[in-house]
Amino acid sequence: MERLGAPFGSDIDRSESVSFRFEGAQVSGYRGDTIASALLANGVTTLSRSFKYHRPRGVLSMCGQDSNTLVQIGQQPNRLADRVAIEAGLDVTAQNYWGSLENDRLAHLRHFSRFMPVGFYYKAFYKPRWAWPLWAKLIRRIAGLGTVDLNTPHGYYDKQYLFSDVTVIGAGPAGMAAALRAAQAGAKVLLVDENAEIGGALAYARFDGAGELAEATHAELAAKIAAEDRIRVMTDTMCTGWYADNWLSLVKGNRLYKLRAGALVVATGCYEQPLIFHNNDLPGIMLGSAAQRLIRLYGVKPGNRAVVATANRDGYGAALDLLDAGIEVACVVDVRADPPEDDMSAALMRRHVPIVAGATLREAVPTSGGGGVRAVKIARLEGAEKAARRYDSFACDMIAMAGCYAPAAALLHQAGGRVSLADDSGAFSVHDLPAQLAAAGSVAGTNMLENVLGDGVAAGRRAADEAGFSVAATSEPPRVAEADASAWPIIGHSRGKDFVDFDEDLQVHDIENALAEGYRHIQLLKRFTTNGMGPSQGRHATLPAIRLAARRTGARLDETGSTTSRPPIGPLTMGHLAGRSFEPVRYTAMHFRHLERGARMMPAGAWMRPEYYGEARAREENIAAEAMNVRDNVGIIDVSTLGGLEVRGPDAGEFLNRMYTFAYLKQPVGRARYVLMTDAAGVIVDDGVACRLHDDHFYVTATTSGVDGVYRTMLWYNAQWRLKVDVTHVSASYAGANIAGPNCREVVQKLCDDVDLSPEAFPYMGVRRGHVAGIPALFLRVGFVGELGYELHVPASQGEALWDALMEAGADAGIRPFGVEAQRLLRLEKGHIIISQDTDGLTTPHEADMAWAISRKKPYYVGMRSVSIQEAGGLTRKLVGFEISDSDAPRPKECHLVIRGGAITGRVTSITRSPTLGKVIGLAYVAPDQAEPGTEFEIKIDGGAMVRAKTVKLPFYDADGARQEM
Amino acid sequence: MPFGLIKYALSSGHPAKRFLLARPELKPSYDVVIIGGGGHGLATAYHLARYHGIRNVAVFEKGYIGGGNTGRNTAIIRSNYLTPEGVAFYEESVSLYRQLSRELDYNILYSERGHFTLAHTDSAMRTSRWRAEVNKHLGVDSELVYRDDLARLIPELNLSEEAAYPILGALYHPPGAVARHDAVAWGYAGRAAELGVEIHQDTTVTDIEVTDGRVSGVVTDRGRVACGKAVQAVAGASSEIARMAGVKLPIRTIPLQACVSQPHKPSLDAIIVSGSLHVYISQSDRGEFVMGGSTDPYPRYQTSSSLDFIEGLMSHVLELLPHLSEVQVMRQWAGMTDMTPDFAPIMGETGVENYYIDAGWGTWGFKATPVCGKRMAEMLATGRVPALIAPFRLSRFENFDLVGEKGAASVGH
Repeated sequence: MERLGAPFGSDIDRSESVSFRFEGAQVSGYRGDTIASALLANGVTTLSRSFKYHRPRGVLSMCGQDSNTLVQIGQQPNRLADRVAIEAGLDVTAQNYWGSLENDRLAHLRHFSRFMPVGFYYKAFYKPRWAWPLWAKLIRRIAGLGTVDLNTPHGYYDKQYLFSDVTVIGAGPAGMAAALRAAQAGAKVLLVDENAEIGGALAYARFDGAGELAEATHAELAAKIAAEDRIRVMTDTMCTGWYADNWLSLVKGNRLYKLRAGALVVATGCYEQPLIFHNNDLPGIMLGSAAQRLIRLYGVKPGNRAVVATANRDGYGAALDLLDAGIEVACVVDVRADPPEDDMSAALMRRHVPIVAGATLREAVPTSGGGGVRAVKIARLEGAEKAARRYDSFACDMIAMAGCYAPAAALLHQAGGRVSLADDSGAFSVHDLPAQLAAAGSVAGTNMLENVLGDGVAAGRRAADEAGFSVAATSEPPRVAEADASAWPIIGHSRGKDFVDFDEDLQVHDIENALAEGYRHIQLLKRFTTNGMGPSQGRHATLPAIRLAARRTGARLDETGSTTSRPPIGPLTMGHLAGRSFEPVRYTAMHFRHLERGARMMPAGAWMRPEYYGEARAREENIAAEAMNVRDNVGIIDVSTLGGLEVRGPDAGEFLNRMYTFAYLKQPVGRARYVLMTDAAGVIVDDGVACRLHDDHFYVTATTSGVDGVYRTMLWYNAQWRLKVDVTHVSASYAGANIAGPNCREVVQKLCDDVDLSPEAFPYMGVRRGHVAGIPALFLRVGFVGELGYELHVPASQGEALWDALMEAGADAGIRPFGVEAQRLLRLEKGHIIISQDTDGLTTPHEADMAWAISRKKPYYVGMRSVSIQEAGGLTRKLVGFEISDSDAPRPKECHLVIRGGAITGRVTSITRSPTLGKVIGLAYVAPDQAEPGTEFEIKIDGGAMVRAKTVKLPFYDADGARQEM
Repeated sequence: MPFGLIKYALSSGHPAKRFLLARPELKPSYDVVIIGGGGHGLATAYHLARYHGIRNVAVFEKGYIGGGNTGRNTAIIRSNYLTPEGVAFYEESVSLYRQLSRELDYNILYSERGHFTLAHTDSAMRTSRWRAEVNKHLGVDSELVYRDDLARLIPELNLSEEAAYPILGALYHPPGAVARHDAVAWGYAGRAAELGVEIHQDTTVTDIEVTDGRVSGVVTDRGRVACGKAVQAVAGASSEIARMAGVKLPIRTIPLQACVSQPHKPSLDAIIVSGSLHVYISQSDRGEFVMGGSTDPYPRYQTSSSLDFIEGLMSHVLELLPHLSEVQVMRQWAGMTDMTPDFAPIMGETGVENYYIDAGWGTWGFKATPVCGKRMAEMLATGRVPALIAPFRLSRFENFDLVGEKGAASVGH
C-alpha cells in the first residue's frame, strides 16, 4: 500500500490500519479512509458496473456526487464508496454485474448499444401481446443496482429537533466566513458540513500558484471558529432538504435532525463538471477536484502520468497538485484559445508542463482489459462545436477533468430560488431567493477566494441582521475580478460512448436523438431520456443536456431552463425518515384489568378495546355467553373510548340545535337525548347522546373514531356562526363503564348513596350526578344494549377504581365484563345501527329509517336542506332488519350483496346468530320495495350461492322497550 | 433482439419519427379546443382524430405535455371499485389499457403485478369484502384474502401480530397493473399529432368566451381562437378553468405527495396498498420503489414537498415491509388532486352549451385515461353523453344522485 507522505493525507491516521473486504478479498486502509480511497491505494480502480452497458466505472468526483462508486455494504444497497469511511470487518461488494466485477457477463451489452437507442423500451417489445411480460421480466432483472435483502432488520434510527438563530450549510471558505460574521454579531450559529472536517475546498484545492493560500486561510478560519463559543459545528452532517419556513432535515449517523434554521446561509459550493469525449467514463478519468482530494485528503496517488484537461484556472491548480504529489503531467489541455497568464500558469511553465491551448479531448484509449486508460487523443478546436480531424495522442494512465461548474443549488431551488445560466462562459447566477435565506460563495457563482470570503462575510452579516442581531455596517473588502473561465465544448463522437449521464449511460447522440424526435421541452427531454433521473440526480448531467437542447432549438440557456430539484438531497434511508416509528396507541384506564381477564384486544381508532374475553378458539361461545349474561343478569363494558365533548355557554342549546338533527332547545336539565349529525349533503356522519347538565351546559358523546371529526366540524361551523359557546374535547378526561342487565340496579345501589336509582326518580334517558364508591360520577340511563343500564362517566384517573368497585360489588350477582362483539350483538337485537358499519359515505337519515330523529319544528340544522330534498325525491334503498328462518342455510357475511334479477339492490351490513332469539338476524340495505316486513329477498354468499332472507320489523328484541325502561 | 430495434442498429441516422412538431402558430379557429395536455386531454384528442375524423383540434397546455398529474401519479391501474358504475367504467379502461401499446404503437410498459389493498381493522375487512363482492358480481377478478394467503402471496410482508396495526387480510385484485405514465401521454400525443392535432405547449388559457350561453372562443397568452366546442381536462386547476366559463364545481383541490427510491434489483412484484396506514408501494421496471400516501391535510394550490409527509409515509412503509429500512429515498414530489364530495369523477355537460368537463379525478385519474379519452371524444363528436359516463354528470350534485366511491379510494382523505 503506497501512500504519499505528510502533509498529504490530512484525513487519514497512518497509525491505525483498518481491514475490510471488497468482493471477498481482504483490503487494508487507514482510519479516515473511505472505501474508495482505500481501494485506490490498493490499486483497485474499478468499483462498479454501469446501469445499462455494464461498463467498468471508478472514482469520478471522490465526494459522493456520482453513482460510479455505489457499492453494496452487507445489507445496505447503493452506498457511496467515496463517502463511507472504512471500518474493520465491512463486507463490501460491487453492484450490477453478472459473474464477477472483472468479468461481467453482461459487459457484452455494449456491443448491442446500437439496438438500444434512447427510449428503446418505448419502441419495441409490445408485439405480439404476450411478448412484453417476458421482456419486462428480463429488463427488470437487468435494471436496478443494489440488492435488497429480504431479511434486512429494521435498523435503529432516531430523531432530534434543533433550533438556531443562524444556520450555515457548508463549511467551506464562504460558510466559515459567514458563520464567524454572524456569531460576532451575537447570533447563535449552527455550521453544518457533510465532511469529516470543516474547510471545504480549502482542505484540498489550490488557490494560488505557490500553493500556500488555501492552507493559511483554512488554518486562520478554523482557529477563529474553534475560539467562537456561539458557533456549533456539525460535521459529517448532510442537509437533505429545505422545507417551508427554513425547516431543514439533517442527517448524521443514524439520526435525523429537524432544524428550525432561523436565518439561513447556503454555502454549499458547486459541482465540478466532467468533460464529454469518447470513453470519458473509464476508470482513471476523474474530476480535477477528485484527484486533488485523493492526494490531499487521503495521500493516494490517482495515477502516474496524467493529462489535465481544463477550461478554467482550477485545472492548472489540479495540475500543480499532481506535480507536487510526484505525478508526471504529460500536458495541460486548455479549451481556451488564449488562456490568461496568471500565477498558476506561470508556476506550471516553470515546471515545464506543456500547455496545449485551443484544443479538446476527443477520446480516451482504454487499456487492453478496458478497466483503465492508456492514452488520450487531443484535437484542435475549430470553433465552439467542431474539432479538427487530426489529433495528437498522449500516453497517460489518468485524466483529470476541470470542466465548468454547476451550482450545488438544490436547497436554493427547493426554497424557490432560480439559477440562471449565462451563455457559453459557464457562469451562472442565483436569484429569487426568499427572505431569511442568502447564498454565498461558489453556489452563488463566485470563485476567486477573495470574493468567496467577501460573500460569506456579507451573507453572515445579513443573516444575523434578519435574525434580529443588529449589526454595525463594516466596510467589506474590495472584490477582485473573477477568473476567466469557459464552458467545455460538447462535440459528439462518431463512435459514441461519450457519456453525458454516467448514472443512466446516456451519450451525446442519445440526447440529440431525443431532441430530434421532438422531446425538446427540457422536462420532456429529461423524462424521455431519463437524463438526470438516476441516483446522482443530474449533478453532472443536467447542464450538458440543457446546453445540447439550447443548441438544437437555438434558444438561450436560461430560456431552455433548468430542471427542478426536489428533496431529499443526497441519499437518505427510509429508516432515517421513519425513525423509531411511534404509533400512538391509547389505553383506557381499565386496560390492564381487561388483559388480566384474558381479553382479546382490538383497535378502535387509536384506542384498544376488548373484543371479547377468553380463549380465541371458543370465540363464538364466549361472545354469546357474555351477551346472555347481560340479558339475564348483569354485565359491564368499558366505554371510556367513547368521545366526549363539553358544550357550554348561553347558546349551547341553539348550537346543538344547529349541529344535530333533533331538538335540544327545550331539553330538560337532567335528561339525555339522542344526537344524529349529518353533513351538508345530508349524509349521516356521527351519533351519540346529549346530556343537559345545566341550561347552558351539555355533555355530548360521540363515536370513538368520529369524535375528532365532530369536534373539528363544530369549531369550523361556529367560526361562522359565532354563537356564544365553548366546545371542549374531553374524551380522554373521562373513563366510563356501562353496567347493564336486569340485576345492575342492585349492584350500583351497593356503591351509591347520593342518587335515587328508583325508576320513578331516575327514569330511562335520565342524567344524574353523584358518587359511585366515593368516586364523582355522571350517571346516564341509556340503553344501547336494550337492558336496564347505567353508563357511569368518572375522571379517567379513577376509571380503574370504578371498574374494580363494580366488579367487586357485582361478584355475588355473577357480573361479567363483555366486549365489543357482545355489545354489537346486543345492539343488533335491539336494531340499533352503528355509524360507519350500518351506514356508508352516502347514507341519509331516511335510508337508515331514522326520520324519528329529525326535528321538523326548527328552522335549520347542518344538512337540513339536503335531507328535505332527498326525502321529497324518494328513496333508492333502505336499511331494514331481516332474519333467516332456514336454520340450515349457510350464514351470509357482512357486505354480502342483496341480489335481485342479477342486479345489486343492497348489502348486508350487520349479521349475527342471536342467542336470545335463536336465529340469524341482521341489517341490510335493500331496494325500497323490498323494505316492507314480510318481503323475501336473496343474499349472494361466498361461492355464489343464494340464501333467502325475510325483511322483519325492528327491533328484533323487546319491541316496547320494557326491559331498558324497567 | 426484437425486430423493432433492428432498424436503429442498421441505420446510420436515427430513423425515429418526429413525435411532436414544434409549437405551430395559432389558427383563428378550431372545431374543438382541448384545455389541458395531460393524458386525458391528449387521449381525447387522439380519439377525436382517429375515430371521429375531427382533426381541426388544438390542445392547449400551459407547461409540457403530461407534466401535471399524468407525470406525478404512481401509475397504478385497477378496476376493483365499489359502485357498479365505477366498476363498469374502470373495467373498460383496463381493457383499453391492455392493448394500448399496440393501439398507439408505443410501449407504455403495462405490467400486471397483482394489487393488494390491505385491511388492518374489521371495518376495513368489511369494506374489502363489499368491494370484492361487487367486483365478482360484475365479472372483475377480485377476492378477499386472509393472513395465510398473504403469507404465501407476499412472503416479505410483515404479518406480525405485534405490529401497531396487524394485517387481517386484503382485497386481492390480480389484474392490478402499473404502466409508464409519461409513455401514455407521449403515445397519445405522438399519434394525435400525426393525425393533425395541434399540440401547443407553454400556452396558457387565460379566459373562456361564452356568448348566449354557448362557448365561442378560448383566449390564451398567445392570442384568442374561436372554437366550436371546448373541453377542459386540467386536473389540479379544474375549478379555476371552469370559473372562466362561469361554471362552479364542487371540488376541493388538495396536494398529494409521493416519492421514489433509488433503483434496486427486483424484489417486490406486487402492488401493495394500505388504506389504514395511508401507504401504497410498488417497484418500477427500473427498480425504483414508488411510494405514496394520504393527501395533504388541507387544500391549497401548491406542489411543495413536506418533511412530515415523508416521515409518516416511511414509518408506515417500514411497518409493512421492514426490510426496506436501508433503502435510500431519491426524490419526493407532489401533485394536485381535485376531490369531489363522493370521490367519483365529473364528466360531461356543464350547463354552458358545447363546453364539456372532465374533472374531479382526485387520486384515480391516470387509470381512467384511455376510457376517458374514448368516451369524452364520443360525446364531443356525437353531442350525446355515452351511457358509461352518464352517472358521472356534474348535475348529480344538485340532485343527490351521487356515486359513492369513497370506500374504494386507495388513500386516506
